[in-house]
Amino acid sequence: MSILVVAEHDNAALKPAVLNAVTAAVELAGHAGGDVHLLVAGENAGAVAEEAAKIAGVAKVLHSDGAEYAHGLAENLAPLIVKLASGYSHVIAAATSFGKNVMPRAAALLDVQQVSDISAIESADTFVRPIYAGNAMATVRSTDSVKLITIRGTAFDAAAAEGGSAAVENTDGAGDTGLSRFMGQELTKSERPELTTAGIVISGGRGMQSGDNFAMLEKVADKLGAAIGASRAAVDAGFVPNDYQVGQTGKVVAPDLYLAIGISGAIQHLAGMKDSKVIVAINKDEEAPIFQVADYGLVADLFQAVPELEAALDG
Amino acid sequence: MKVLVPIKRVIDANVKVRVKADESGVELTNVKMAMNPFCEIAVEEAVRLKEAGTASEVIVVAAGIAQSQETLRTGLAMGADRAILIQTDTPLEPLAVAKLLKAVVDKEEPGLLLLGKQAIDGDNNQTAQMVSALLGWSQATFASKVAVDGDKLNVTREVDGGLENVNLNMPAVVSVDLRLNEPRYASLPNIMKAKKKPLETVTPEDLGVDVTPRVETVKVSEPPARQAGVKVASVAELVEKLKNEAKVI
Ligand SMILES: Cc1cc2nc3c(=O)[nH]c(=O)nc-3n(C[C@H](O)[C@H](O)[C@H](O)COP(=O)(O)OP(=O)(O)OC[C@H]3O[C@@H](n4cnc5c(N)ncnc54)[C@H](O)[C@@H]3O)c2cc1C
Repeated sequence: MSILVVAEHDNAALKPAVLNAVTAAVELAGHAGGDVHLLVAGENAGAVAEEAAKIAGVAKVLHSDGAEYAHGLAENLAPLIVKLASGYSHVIAAATSFGKNVMPRAAALLDVQQVSDISAIESADTFVRPIYAGNAMATVRSTDSVKLITIRGTAFDAAAAEGGSAAVENTDGAGDTGLSRFMGQELTKSERPELTTAGIVISGGRGMQSGDNFAMLEKVADKLGAAIGASRAAVDAGFVPNDYQVGQTGKVVAPDLYLAIGISGAIQHLAGMKDSKVIVAINKDEEAPIFQVADYGLVADLFQAVPELEAALDG
Repeated sequence: MKVLVPIKRVIDANVKVRVKADESGVELTNVKMAMNPFCEIAVEEAVRLKEAGTASEVIVVAAGIAQSQETLRTGLAMGADRAILIQTDTPLEPLAVAKLLKAVVDKEEPGLLLLGKQAIDGDNNQTAQMVSALLGWSQATFASKVAVDGDKLNVTREVDGGLENVNLNMPAVVSVDLRLNEPRYASLPNIMKAKKKPLETVTPEDLGVDVTPRVETVKVSEPPARQAGVKVASVAELVEKLKNEAKVI
């Protein structure tokens, strides 16, 4: 049997986390056997199906076209996954807001206990996943016949976007449940790299004091080609939009370099960034817990240190 | 309209969780427990709907060990009208909880289910989506705004790219995110009053639900520890180290 990856996209292009999910699927196929197939369900998303067919490691792309799949509504996607699942040993998706929304609905319809947000694969049925905000790692074995899994993007490398030549096969949809309607979205516009895949992330916390002060971080980010993140406190205070939040209940990032500016280092924040390769903390409180995970800590007033950092990067 | 709010008892968010030496789980004895923070937000939203006259009754439901009663009392003190405990010593997975909740919903016939988007113990983020699937209802996860509009529900969802607005048929299941509201603290008089509010206890057997776990925990271990690093004295030293030692810029 093969492994099905449910692809997230916006009808124009795949989301980057799909590539991480493909890597996890290829690894699973190494244990369980079979091929890796990708499901692209969308509206006029033919270009996405073509893009998916080029991913290295993908043997087949299932393309389902219909207005009911235009916006990734879980009520419509879950029955389609259920329809296809019987032919697969595993159905997986990245643990993005899309995967978290859709996969448990499909799992329940299949009477399967999903395994969420895995960070390692031990065998075809045994996986490692963080629990308690990453303060413990659980090794779990699924006894369900079909396994539904979401994967932590930062724990699996991105598959090569080019190099594959999978066949694209059209597959019928499962109909429109009519239960809910997409009314619109307010997406944060940014020229910067995407937070979860950026090589460098600079995040601000409550210590930034205002949204305007994030301009200081933007200047540093411009020089480093970095993405900008934030603590929950900074988002709650309205300094930056919700999609900047890094942590247990926000985004999980693991860049080569993470700079935490005016962030105390609560466990819920650490849960989202402690797998970064190099962590830098700038905080005026030398007792701040963030220093316990920082490779390089600078005890300083950020309003002095950040402009200095920006200037030093010119040299 | 009745609103049903499933809530969970978990280790308090401020407690540093410790893995047991025998790797069978995390230490739960003598550890402070509390209502899962996301569940508090769900209770708050339901109580506000009642205060606004949109909801007629707020029912809190917990599934788990006898001590989950404390969590239900907290929900009652926040303003819920009555409570149901589905009592069992079997560790419950999200799918089992969803089946138990479906059985309660079939009996109580609420118009809306409000749940936390995840519990901070298992971090599964599944129960709302699963119960919605089993009921065949609409779902909106990660809500930061909820508004009843006749027989429809408008929800703003926090998604990876920003915000998304959806319109749901009712009855509906909504999972709530951090920024939906700021939960109230229960006042002392309300805590006293909560002791007299009805709390009904049922079992999975009463509800005809098999809660046998599907996923076996092989072990629970410590995460890899990070080496504490060094303090640098200046921005210049920091930049030098990032360039020449860590080689990341
Ligand atoms: C259920 C739940 C889920 C949560 N999920 C998340 C999550 O996903 N992500 C998350 O981040 N948090 C999350 N939290 C919140 C978390 O517990 C902390 O409250 C939050 O991370 C604190 O943000 P902060 O570090 O910016 O603020 P604070 O803890 O207030 O820290 C601010 C820091 O800035 C420093 N500072 C102030 N002024 C300056 C200055 N001029 N120069 C230098 N340093 C300065 C201070 O010394 C302090 O260390 C969650 C909490 C709960 C209960």
